[in-house]
Amino acid sequence: MEITLTHYLVLSTVLFAIGLVGVMRRKNLLMLFFATEILLNSVNIALVAISHYHGDFTGQLFAFFIIAIAASEVAVGLGLLVLWFKRENKIDLDIMTSMKG
Amino acid sequence: MFEAIAFYLFAFLTIAMFWITVTTKHALYALTALAAGMIFISAFFFILGADFMGVIQIIVYSGAVMALYAFGMMFFDTTRELHEKNPSSTLVFLLGGMAALLVVIMVSAPIVSGSIEAAYPIIEGIGNTQAIGMVLFTKYLVPFEVAAVMLLVAMIAGIIMAGKKMDISYSEMSEEQIDEKLDAEVIA
Repeated sequence: MEITLTHYLVLSTVLFAIGLVGVMRRKNLLMLFFATEILLNSVNIALVAISHYHGDFTGQLFAFFIIAIAASEVAVGLGLLVLWFKRENKIDLDIMTSMKG
Repeated sequence: MFEAIAFYLFAFLTIAMFWITVTTKHALYALTALAAGMIFISAFFFILGADFMGVIQIIVYSGAVMALYAFGMMFFDTTRELHEKNPSSTLVFLLGGMAALLVVIMVSAPIVSGSIEAAYPIIEGIGNTQAIGMVLFTKYLVPFEVAAVMLLVAMIAGIIMAGKKMDISYSEMSEEQIDEKLDAEVIA
């Protein structure tokens, strides 16, 4: 039984779906951040799998840069979250309606 | 055979861990499950022969990002359970699945059509890390430097935003001093 690229793409789809469900269901901002990490990781699996099955390094390098972007996103996002928590004492999405949008 | 066993085992573990992350009511469970899922994902990278990516996944994601989240959670009240209103779950699951499928179709469409050539082919005979270094520091040198600057900017932004008023230590002040300080803040 051989594992093909399709297996990895299906796995990546399932993980991406889980991440999207998390993004849509969660109301707590920290949990929303976790869901975005899942999205980024599922895409990384797909990129590395494609890189392996097509014998090309580009996929791995893209995954590398995605990890760098995820790290900086966490740094800035957590800083904003801490700032918001100090002001409102809550990190719920529902109370972030100061712009009345 | 072993590859198949490893793939299915780690696929099951990763999906289970990430499922716990998006469904649990407890923030600490979500954090630990996410960290475990990240480590299981690095197993796929090792199976695929991308050793360097696997190591980076463990060091950066499980080490740095998860540690950053753990430190960040010290600022929040994580011991209480999360109270979230989840109106219609079926619609959310349907939309999530369909959007994920759409993304995969978009990504895999050029692969199905065939005729793709490797821009930077994997070279036989040298290790994965060495080969990545050769491509990274020749063809991708500018994005690499830009990523470095971006990480520096993000680090400074994180320090400035999270580190406000951290020079004041409430534990070293007396009660009266703290009251004075808080009163002054309320007025301001």
